[in-house]
Amino acid sequence: MELQGIGIGQGVVVGRVVRMSDPLPDPVAAPSALTPAEEGDRVTEALGAVAADLLARAKRAGGVAGEVLEAQSMMAEDPSLVDDVTLRLAAGATAERAVFEAFAAFRNMLTELGGYMAERAGDLDDVSQRVVARLSGVAAPGVPDRGQPFILVARDLAPADTATLDLGQVLGLITLDGGPTSHTAILAREKSIVAIVRAVDAADLTDGDEVILDAANNLVITSPSAEQLSQAHACVAARAAHALAPVSPGRLADGTPIPLLSNLGSADGAAAAVALGAEGVGLFRTEFLFLDAVTAPTVAEQRFEYERMLRAFPGKKVVVRALDAGADKPLAFLNDAREENPALGLRGLRALRASEQILRDQLEALAQADAATEADLWVMAPMVATVEETRYFVALARELGLKTAGVMVEIPAAALLADRILRHADFASIGTNDLTQYTLAADRLLGSVAAFQDPWNPAVLRLVAEVGAAGAELGKPVGVCGEAAADPLLAVVLVGLGATSLSMSASALADVRATLADFTSEQARLLAELALDAEDAASAREAVTTMAATFLDSSSRSEPSRAAHPRKVLK
Amino acid sequence: MTVADQYSQHLPHNAHATKGTAMLERTVLIGSTHGLHARPAKLFSQAAAAAGVPITLTKTGGKTVNAASILGIISLGIGHGDEVTLAADGDTAETILDELARLLLVDHDA
Repeated sequence: MELQGIGIGQGVVVGRVVRMSDPLPDPVAAPSALTPAEEGDRVTEALGAVAADLLARAKRAGGVAGEVLEAQSMMAEDPSLVDDVTLRLAAGATAERAVFEAFAAFRNMLTELGGYMAERAGDLDDVSQRVVARLSGVAAPGVPDRGQPFILVARDLAPADTATLDLGQVLGLITLDGGPTSHTAILAREKSIVAIVRAVDAADLTDGDEVILDAANNLVITSPSAEQLSQAHACVAARAAHALAPVSPGRLADGTPIPLLSNLGSADGAAAAVALGAEGVGLFRTEFLFLDAVTAPTVAEQRFEYERMLRAFPGKKVVVRALDAGADKPLAFLNDAREENPALGLRGLRALRASEQILRDQLEALAQADAATEADLWVMAPMVATVEETRYFVALARELGLKTAGVMVEIPAAALLADRILRHADFASIGTNDLTQYTLAADRLLGSVAAFQDPWNPAVLRLVAEVGAAGAELGKPVGVCGEAAADPLLAVVLVGLGATSLSMSASALADVRATLADFTSEQARLLAELALDAEDAASAREAVTTMAATFLDSSSRSEPSRAAHPRKVLK
Repeated sequence: MTVADQYSQHLPHNAHATKGTAMLERTVLIGSTHGLHARPAKLFSQAAAAAGVPITLTKTGGKTVNAASILGIISLGIGHGDEVTLAADGDTAETILDELARLLLVDHDA
């Protein structure tokens, strides 16, 4: 049987399913039927068992993950916590409720401290849930530990789940909720985990089921036949060979260079991106510096992180996006007003203008980091809607000493007036995730409208074409840094529409590099025209796929790897 | 620079011993770049628990907690350069406090 979903990346994997249990409900605050001493014995047993289990996991995990687990083990048997629980038991609480409340009290203290301490709140929640689960006689929530690699099935993954996810144990991810830009999808791309999101029917999968997870074809195959299994294994092998191909600069079949850049969320991924052939960074997200912070980081703190990242790319282009907060990532010191429609509210450049010092500090830190390193630093503003906003940002960046300043094109208005915007901006970078959400008026975080979030939609592509044409007319670079660039065939279409560079998760570089090399500029333009002429996303994708196959068949070049290309072979 | 070098260099400046009749104290400045968060707090509270005698940790201008409690320590929100005081009594207090003060001076995030 086949389950439909939204595939992330081009991978295929075969494995057995493990389901992640749902979070536990809060224990009720009813008086205990047992004596405080009896409840105390239950607590002692549960805390000891959870601490021992966490310590055993810590030994198995080792490294940084092991350190976190070891700290969690200590939290479970912490003397201050035990004192707090004992007080609550004496007041007549149940063991479950006393443990829950005691952990919550410490959690609140950590959250109030902010920064590094607040990041530990999730660790405490996890310990709390484990102890309460033990007391209630149910399975601990969260990611199970099976001792052998598995395909994880979950409703959706929270950032706290993925932070403690032992990626070595996860062959693939299937989530029932979430869209192509959900947290799970982003994690899967960054870590090269084969994943399918929004596979609603995966609710029927049970622990131990063998499945083929085929992200390239948006499918989960349950109870696969021997033939399907051997095809899948062949796919896995072919793709592994693909990844081993030498990395080279991105170019079309006719030699036209299309620089392939990486999207990065912190300096940590820089080395891996360079190893995978990233020719620079097309989108450096700076939110990590600000999230969990109670106040904005200082210029010196920011400069340290920017330099760390810029040093990984000497002589190469690095495009840094100014803080993009609002909607899905609210920040207390920037905009904590409740809005009916945060995606349409005070976010991106709008929020930065309202707190201009934060923007000035960030640009100042970037200018200092630029002066101290060899990278070619470009800066861009998020969520630009108007020519006036473009002029504002470019002028401010110049004032603070930054030589290359551009804008993100995520709002249809900016795409439609790209010819005017690019007169002022040095470059444009198209964020296809938001551009799609705003063009289709479909919240990208809302699973029920995830089907609208398809960048193959000809309406979205027409807007991309507007920007591409304006860039060509004015001789200004036009990049694409949304996840659309990570879909190999769509990447060819984007180039045909005028994109001059593509930026994506580093894990997608190999597939996109290989596919770009199969088509000439002329063929890319023809494929783009086909996509623009289609009625909807599905027919655009189908028309382009069919024509691309024709181009490849008629090509006289011998392509030994072509026969083993993973796409469609399972059909 | 070895840990021992760092200790001997820092000790004269920011650590001092107060010999009382019973209770012994050490006041030090925190060396870890991000303060006493998870890993440094874990190393420290493990060492304090292993000492086998009650030890308290006081953040200057803040609360006093059990030094063997990782949650107590984390909840003080101790940052880099903050001043804290360790206290213990008993025959072994001097050696134990020296060892714990050394852990606080080292930058575990480096």
